[in-house]
Amino acid sequence: MTSTVEDNRQVASEVRAAGINEALTVMPDEKGHFGPYGGQFVSEILMTALAELDQAYRHLKNDKNFLAEFHHDLEHYVGRPSPLYFAERLTKQMGGARIMLKREDLNHTGAHKINNCIGQALLAKYMGKPRVIAETGAGQHGVASATVAARFGLKCRVYMGSDDIARQSPNVYRMKLLGAEVVPVTSGSRTLKDALSEAMRDWVTNVDDTYYIIGTVAGPHPYPMLVRDFQSVIGIEARAQCLKQFGTMPDAVVACVGGGSNAMGIFYPFLEDRDVRLIGVEPAGHGLETGQHAAPLSRGKIGILQGNRTYLMQDSDGQVLDTYSISAGLDYPGVGPEHAWLKDIKRAEYVAVDDKQALHAFRQLNRLEGILPALESAHGLAYAMDLAATMSKDEIIIVNLSGRGDKDIPTMAKLDGISLD
Amino acid sequence: MSRIADCFQRLADNHQKALVVYVVAGDPSPAVTVPLMHDMVASGASIIELGVPFTDPEAEGPVIQLAHERAMRHRVSLRDAIAMVASFREQDTVTPVVLMGYINPIEAMGYEAFAALAASAGVDGTILVNVPPEEGQVLDKALISQDLDPIYLLAPTTPEARARMVFERTRGFTYYVSVKGTTGAGNLDIDEVTRRVAGFKAYATTPIVVGFGIKDGESAAQVARVSDGAVVGTALVSLMAANEQDPVRLRAAVTELVADMRTAMDAVS
Ligand SMILES: Cc1ncc(COP(=O)(O)O)c(C=O)c1O
Repeated sequence: MTSTVEDNRQVASEVRAAGINEALTVMPDEKGHFGPYGGQFVSEILMTALAELDQAYRHLKNDKNFLAEFHHDLEHYVGRPSPLYFAERLTKQMGGARIMLKREDLNHTGAHKINNCIGQALLAKYMGKPRVIAETGAGQHGVASATVAARFGLKCRVYMGSDDIARQSPNVYRMKLLGAEVVPVTSGSRTLKDALSEAMRDWVTNVDDTYYIIGTVAGPHPYPMLVRDFQSVIGIEARAQCLKQFGTMPDAVVACVGGGSNAMGIFYPFLEDRDVRLIGVEPAGHGLETGQHAAPLSRGKIGILQGNRTYLMQDSDGQVLDTYSISAGLDYPGVGPEHAWLKDIKRAEYVAVDDKQALHAFRQLNRLEGILPALESAHGLAYAMDLAATMSKDEIIIVNLSGRGDKDIPTMAKLDGISLD
Repeated sequence: MSRIADCFQRLADNHQKALVVYVVAGDPSPAVTVPLMHDMVASGASIIELGVPFTDPEAEGPVIQLAHERAMRHRVSLRDAIAMVASFREQDTVTPVVLMGYINPIEAMGYEAFAALAASAGVDGTILVNVPPEEGQVLDKALISQDLDPIYLLAPTTPEARARMVFERTRGFTYYVSVKGTTGAGNLDIDEVTRRVAGFKAYATTPIVVGFGIKDGESAAQVARVSDGAVVGTALVSLMAANEQDPVRLRAAVTELVADMRTAMDAVS
C-alpha cells in the first residue's frame, strides 16, 4: 500500500464492482440531518458562517488540489497509512478471535485527531481564515490543532476545561510549546462540553477571521459530516489492509466513542458491508447503574445540545447532566448524531465499559504487546478482548487503537500511588 | 389581537418605543422574580423576556452565564418559569411576556405539552436562541396552534435573502442582535444598526427591536430612534449579581435603571 489516495480509489471501485447499495453512506441530507438527528441548532449569527463552510467543503471535497494536499500531508506529515497490527500474544491470552489493532496511536501527535485537523486546517487555508480555535478534552485534539496551526502558520487558541487541564498536564504544556494559547474554561462542569461552548462563543465573536476546528463528529452541520469524511481514511485503510492480509472482511470492528470521530472514521467505509458488526464502546465510568458515566447512547435520551439533536445525558427537565469517566476524551454528555441514527437503525451496536475494565485492558496491552494505549482507546480494547474470547479462532476483530497513552501517565501513576515529581 | 400586537399598537398611539427587559427566572432567587417583573412594568418596561435557566447557555457572555448558574442552584426549571408567568398574570393581564432560552428543556417536555402549558399560564411567545427558522418548523406549528408567537432573530451576518425568509416565519416582533458576539459583548455601532434596520424595514412583517450592547439610557435612546424598541439584558442582570443578598436594594436598583431608560427613550421618540 503506497498511498491512501489509491486506497480510496480501490475501495470505491470495489464498492461499485460489488454493486453495493450506497444508501447508508449518502447521509446526511442537505440540511445535515441523519434521520431525526443532527441539524443546525445554533444562533442566527452562525447560520451564515455554517452555510459558507458547507459550501466551501462541498466544493473542495472534489477539488483535485485540495485532495492532493490532504493526502500528501496524511502520508508525509502524519505518517499514514497506519499499520493494521496482529496482537498475537493478546489474542492467545484471550483464546478466541484474532485481535487486529488499527494503529492510530502511531500517527504524528499520537492519535487519530490529526487526520481531521489536517483536513480542517486546509479548509481554513482555502477559506482564507488566518486564525483557528479548537476545544479539547484529553488535549489530543488541542495538540493536533496547535500542530497544524504551527505547520500552516495560523494563529491558534484552544479552549480546555480547567478540570481537564489538571488531569492532562503534559498536553497543555505541549500546546504552549506549539505556540497556541490555552484558555482554561471554568464554567459549568469544567470539561469538554464547556470548552466546546466557550469555543462557540469565541467563534460567534470572531466569525469573520476565525475558523473553528471542531474535534469530533458533533456540533452543527456540516461538522459531523466533514469530520467523518476526513476521519474515514482510518476505515478505508483498515478495510483494504484486512482484505490484503486475510482476503476477507473482519467479523467485527470496535472503537471507543466519546464524540464519536474515531468510531465514525473506522465504521463509515464498512457501513455497506452488512455482515461486519460495528461496535461502539462508551465509557461506563463508575458503572452505568451509578449514574456516574458518559454513555448517552446506552443511557441517554434524545435532546439538543451544541448544534445538533442526538442522544444526551440529561434529567427530566432537559438539563444536561454532569458526566464522569476516567478518560477525559470520552467525558462528554452528547454523541455525534450519525451514531444516534446508526443505533436506531441497528446498523451499529453500542455498549459500555467501565473504568476498571478499561484500566485492566490498558495494563494488559502494555504487558503483552509493549503498546501504551490512550485510556480512551483502552475502552474499545477492553470490550474487544472480552468479545474475542467468545468468538472462534478464525474470526477477526479490528480494534481502533485511537491514540497512545503518554498523556495518561500522570493519571495512571497517581492511581498506582507513584509520584513522578 | 395578541398582547404583543396590542402592546405595539398602544406604544404607537402614545408615540413611544418598546422597552424590552430581560431577566432570568429565579435569578438571584425564585421569590424575587415576579415582584421584579411588576417593578419593571411600573417603571416603564413594555415587554418582559423571561430567561429560562439552562445548564449550557452557549450564546451568553459571562454575566448572563452566571445568572443561569444562580438560577440553576435553585433548580429553577422550565415548568417553574411558566408558573412564574402564571403568578405574574394574577395582577398583570396586559404586559406581554415571552420565554427566552434554549430548546432542550422544551424538547424534553414535548412541543405540544409545552405550548399548552405556556398558553394557559399567559405566555405570549418564545425566543429560542439556538433554533433558527430551519429547525423550528415543527415547534412553530405547536406554538401557533396555541396562539403563541415564535419570535426569530436577525444578526449582523444575516444577508438580505435570509432576512426575508426570517420575516416569513417570525411573529409578534423580530429581534435584531446588533453585534457579533455573546450577550454583554462589545460596543454598539449605531450607524451600522441604523443602516441594517432601515434595510429590514423595506420588507419587515413585524416590529423590530434591537438588543445587545444596550447598557443605559443613552444607548437605549439611540436604538429607539432607529427601530421599534430596545432590549436590555446584561445591564439588568449585573444588578442581580451586585445585589444578590439584598432584595430591597435590588428592586430599587432595577426600578431606577428601567425608569432611566424609559425617560431617555421617551425624550427622543
Ligand atoms: C485517543 C483518543 N481516542 C478517542 C477520543 C474520543 O473522541 P472521538 O470519540 O471523537 O474519537 C479522544 C478524544 O480526545 C482521544 O484523544
